[in-house]
Amino acid sequence: MFLSMEHLNKTYPGGKVAVEDFNLEVEKGEFVCFIGTSGSGKTTTMRMINRMLQQTSGTIKINGTDISQMNPVELRRKIGYVIQNIGLMPHMTIRQNITLVPRLLKWPQDKMNQRAKEMIKLVDLPEEFLDRYPSELSGGQQQRIGVVRALAADQDIILMDEPYGALDPITRESLQDLIKDLQERLGKTIIFVTHDMDEALTLATKIVVMDGGKIMQVASPDEILQHPANEFVENLIGKDRLIQARPSITTVGQVMLKNVASITPDRLLKEALKTMHDRRVDSLLVTDDGGTLKGYLDIEDIDYNFKTATSVGDVMHDDVFYVKSDSLVRDTVERILKRGFKNIPVVDNDKKLVGIVTRAALVDIVYDALWGDDDKKTDSEDTQAATTAADQGGDAQ
Amino acid sequence: MMHFLAVYGLPLVGKTWQHIYISGISLGLGVIFAVPLGIALTRTKRTANIVISIASMLQTIPALALLAFMIPIFGIGVKPAIVALFIYSLLPILRNTYIGMSDVDPSLKDAAKGMGMTNWQSIIKVEVPLAAPVIMSGIRLSATYVIAWAALASYIGAGGLGDFIFNGLNLYRTDLILGGSIPVIVLALVVDWLLGKVEAALTPRTSEE
Repeated sequence: MFLSMEHLNKTYPGGKVAVEDFNLEVEKGEFVCFIGTSGSGKTTTMRMINRMLQQTSGTIKINGTDISQMNPVELRRKIGYVIQNIGLMPHMTIRQNITLVPRLLKWPQDKMNQRAKEMIKLVDLPEEFLDRYPSELSGGQQQRIGVVRALAADQDIILMDEPYGALDPITRESLQDLIKDLQERLGKTIIFVTHDMDEALTLATKIVVMDGGKIMQVASPDEILQHPANEFVENLIGKDRLIQARPSITTVGQVMLKNVASITPDRLLKEALKTMHDRRVDSLLVTDDGGTLKGYLDIEDIDYNFKTATSVGDVMHDDVFYVKSDSLVRDTVERILKRGFKNIPVVDNDKKLVGIVTRAALVDIVYDALWGDDDKKTDSEDTQAATTAADQGGDAQ
Repeated sequence: MMHFLAVYGLPLVGKTWQHIYISGISLGLGVIFAVPLGIALTRTKRTANIVISIASMLQTIPALALLAFMIPIFGIGVKPAIVALFIYSLLPILRNTYIGMSDVDPSLKDAAKGMGMTNWQSIIKVEVPLAAPVIMSGIRLSATYVIAWAALASYIGAGGLGDFIFNGLNLYRTDLILGGSIPVIVLALVVDWLLGKVEAALTPRTSEE
């Protein structure tokens, strides 16, 4: 494990417990967001990673090495650090600010210059800025420099403490894009503290929800939206966001038709044809007696083979494409559409047939995704009404 | 005026030099002692209050009384004068150094530490440069005090421009009083102006001009 935190506790003198039994494993390249209200211990926990704070008990290991065995100054030079108030040195040029850690590490001058140029290019600012002072840059530009300052010495772990909290929404969004892009491109491991759920959902690969010094939930953004661990997490996400998130977290099981025309392989083709006729469909799914999906059969198969074969099992196709009922529509809809199937059988975890997704149902989903927001806006005067509408929408499908 | 200079010109130069010598050494010692102490105090907040209270208390001792106190310890002459003026120079420098260092934006100190600066690097590369204007204004204030009070040092036989003033007072000679006072004022103004230049030079640039 790249970064592991075990049984961390932090108690301040006077008995105030800031962090309680915090356990977390972080893989290289993960984007971890610590989220919680103020006083939840998220910043405290983060600051223990570069030993800005000392835990009362518990261990933090980076690449297997206990950081309490490392020199704190050397440790901090290996860990990028971005703070809310940006903290650029006002008496140093942008160049000096960017190369601050390399200078502490005594890099040769030309390597530092080279790095300063690379870094400023990385955040899409002109090279002329290198010789300016922080006060001559806008807040957003300053924080861009703040971000690359934390990357300039090839730090593998970057700690970010509400870095965009003080920026306006538009600047914040562009910086979020930037850090996400940099993180993915450079494979950095980021620990990002925020109290903004939107930010966490956008950026994180793993969200750590904290309250009162304890971990409430550790999960991916999708899991958090689908299965908030408790009421606190639900409230933190917010009702509105849960409703909005619904299209993207709808499972196949929620949109499938449950009344499926199916037949067992031992039946005669004659019977299959009759079933099709009665149900007004042109294909049948084949299951065994236990309901396990075996294959499918459509009207053309019957037409060609009516004379030679007798039972459904002789002519059915067993290379049937199916989806699981608990998979996300968002993840499957594209596959379904690309393959050009009219209907897709839906199975449960035991491969038992539970329903079918038709192209018509997919049209509904695409429609909801594109226009659903507008519909909701009209309803949103009354949140209760919106909730009900969404619930009914789910049931109807 | 010309007459005064013709008669007292040479002693005036000598006394002025003495005056500069006494105040210069006192102030120099004050800077050497109070600036590092002020910096050190920012690392121990609790001690800081005690030390600054003591320095404030010393400041309230009347100048003449302090000079008189020096006589039993150091006798008369230049040495006790320098010690007394040194004590006076401490408080403004100490307090301004402490305040200047403490007022450096905490997020800058946090950033400096978090990026891996040692305590010493943070002081030298971040805190002192940013506190320089405040520290310098403390030094300028001290310089003005020390130059003015150095005139009293003549009272315990240290010499300096105070000799003219005290002689004038004893002999009811206005020209001697003025002849001593005006150079003191001019000296204080010139030194303050020079230190202003130093302050400007030490104030770090924060923008391209």
